[in-house]
Amino acid sequence: MLEFLESVMPAGPMAVFVFSIIPLMIILLYALFAIWMERKVAGHIQDRLGPMRVGGWHGWAQTIADLLKMIQKEDIVPAKADRFFFKMAPFIAFGASYGAFVAIPLSSGYIGSMIDVGVFYIVAITSLLSISIIMAGWASNNKWSLLGAMRTAAQTVSYEVPTIATILSVVLVTGTLNLMEVTELQSGNSFLGFLPNWMIFHSPFMVIAFVIFFVAVLAESHRVPFDLPESESELVGGYQTEYSGMRWGLFMLTEYADMLLLSLVTVTLFFGGWNSPFGPFLDGPFWGAFWMLLKGMIVVFVMMWLRWTLPRLRVDQLMNLCWKYLIPLSFVNLVLIALWEMIF
Amino acid sequence: MTTVKEKSPEVSVTPPVDAGNGLKTQEMVVNMGPQHPSTHGVLRVQLTLNGEIVVKAVPHIGYLHRCFEKHSEEMDDYTKVIPYVDRMDYVAAMSNELGYAIAMERMMDIQVNDRVEYIRVIMAELQRIASHLLAVGTFGLDIGAFTPFLHCFIEREKILDIFEKASGARLLYNYIWVGGLMNDVPADFKKDTAAFIKSFRPQIKELNDLLSDNKIFVERTANVGVLPEKVAINYGVSGPSLRGSGVKWDLRRDDPYSIYDRFDFDVIVGEGRMGTVGDCWDRYIVRVWEMEESLKIIEQALDQMPDEGDVHEAVPKKIRPPAAEIYCRTETPRGELGYYIISNKKTSPYRVKARAPSFVNLSVLPAISVGAMVADMVAIIGSVDIVLGEVDR
Repeated sequence: MLEFLESVMPAGPMAVFVFSIIPLMIILLYALFAIWMERKVAGHIQDRLGPMRVGGWHGWAQTIADLLKMIQKEDIVPAKADRFFFKMAPFIAFGASYGAFVAIPLSSGYIGSMIDVGVFYIVAITSLLSISIIMAGWASNNKWSLLGAMRTAAQTVSYEVPTIATILSVVLVTGTLNLMEVTELQSGNSFLGFLPNWMIFHSPFMVIAFVIFFVAVLAESHRVPFDLPESESELVGGYQTEYSGMRWGLFMLTEYADMLLLSLVTVTLFFGGWNSPFGPFLDGPFWGAFWMLLKGMIVVFVMMWLRWTLPRLRVDQLMNLCWKYLIPLSFVNLVLIALWEMIF
Repeated sequence: MTTVKEKSPEVSVTPPVDAGNGLKTQEMVVNMGPQHPSTHGVLRVQLTLNGEIVVKAVPHIGYLHRCFEKHSEEMDDYTKVIPYVDRMDYVAAMSNELGYAIAMERMMDIQVNDRVEYIRVIMAELQRIASHLLAVGTFGLDIGAFTPFLHCFIEREKILDIFEKASGARLLYNYIWVGGLMNDVPADFKKDTAAFIKSFRPQIKELNDLLSDNKIFVERTANVGVLPEKVAINYGVSGPSLRGSGVKWDLRRDDPYSIYDRFDFDVIVGEGRMGTVGDCWDRYIVRVWEMEESLKIIEQALDQMPDEGDVHEAVPKKIRPPAAEIYCRTETPRGELGYYIISNKKTSPYRVKARAPSFVNLSVLPAISVGAMVADMVAIIGSVDIVLGEVDR
């Protein structure tokens, strides 16, 4: 893709710029759509319609209207806040999740950078998110923010362990950390004939690995039932309490970008990435991007569905779930997958 | 221009303690409220926290004080007190009116006809359902479940529609008057109410499926904020919060007022099915099943309700009770609402004192919240179900 761009663009740097801006465009368009979708999903789950006015057809322009409103809002920095870190935090948060998109193969023709340690890179750079949240919580000089930030730190650090353990099990089977190669290995049909050669159909233990991974991903992206950092009924707004206007909007954008990122990672690791579910039918670089985003949106939809159905766990129960169940289970599962690989 | 010297905010009241690993820890004081999304209004709870664990909780009230008593004394009319009574427990205004009307009628020895009695009971029980719907809905919201809240509100709207048809108002009705009602119910009142009962019954089951038996919800509420029977009685807790602790005490059955002795219904008590008797889940489930019992009462009342009877029959032109005093208690959705009214033969009361159930129930908060976590605090406040309008009056 980069070569193609370099051949049509007048200058090399311009092509690189366009190349690197593609994920940003996808994130922004996706965020506009996903926020509207979240409201619609919430509305229909709650027996109402959601936004219906702005823009005419089913309120499609609601998010744009909200964005315009948010840009006009005053940017308040509390008097006692640590101004530098307070202003810095949202950018680091967004940077962390935007930076991770570089290793995601959006189609067979596009990957930001062919890093050989792609998965490792994603895990590493998304950890920055917790740093930015601690920054936001601490710099706000608000006790509720601080409580929210501390919860986040504990939560993210804990849930990274089962995430990594389940990623390891995929890596064990594919033998590579490069997500492009992981996806390529999942093309074609499996030995059963009709099932795609996706990682989730690899072995029964892989299904368990997927479930663990998905729960951990929910916790890492702070979605219900693990949305403790910003639990509005307990901590007012968590680390976001003192933020207003576009800075708060950036946190919101990060939340949605993170959802997309982790959904795409889920899809790449377990559901064949950009591979078409119908074998060679509708395959190719363009359709690849379509399948990738479609599968990603389905995972995002499941996350929304969960959010509007389930209550929230308490902080100690969250830790119990992670340390007492998910971590031992994920390691046992890793060993079982290794045995499966040895036998078959 | 005066300059206020900035004082650094007080972080803690206790000195730092050595944690033993080279770090020093300190208790943190946070103010939960008065502008907190989950204190059901303008309650302020001063929490002393050890990490996330509550060491001490002190409720501060008075942010919604509206001088109910003084207003009542100055209105120069006993009837004009009723709108102020509405504004005490603003999500259960009918029940408040009923209590006041019964107290005044007992004082003046007025007997209202059967039609009025039945309409009052139906209204009060519908109000109980509406209030409990709000209570369980917001309780779910406190735990983090947003959807049941709106499902509850859809049902509550139907009740408010019935009230609106009868009284013209949706929240503060001024409908039950001393000696009768503001006006008779509309012609299709019976039909509307029967339709509501029919549509609402399955909704209780749906609520149980969605929220009551949800694993996460049970984890969050069972064994949390346990209110033992003895503590509940010592603090004077009443209503569903008392019954959640396993005490079978309901004024509708144990000290019947109006015509409650004519109906057959159960008093629901907490059994500790999911944890300990008297935990948050018990208090919650008592409210859910009380809605079912209220439906039973309404069904019986609709069957027995006479079609004849003037609702203004016993309404006095100008209320001028004899010099007397009365204490009259009724069971509102939140508990035992008592009115202590003193008359000195004038057109305005000498004193109207309300014993508000929310106020008394709130007093138990410090006793049951020690050792809980911040998230549990929200659950406890939600399960005690206070309305700040009634706490502060």
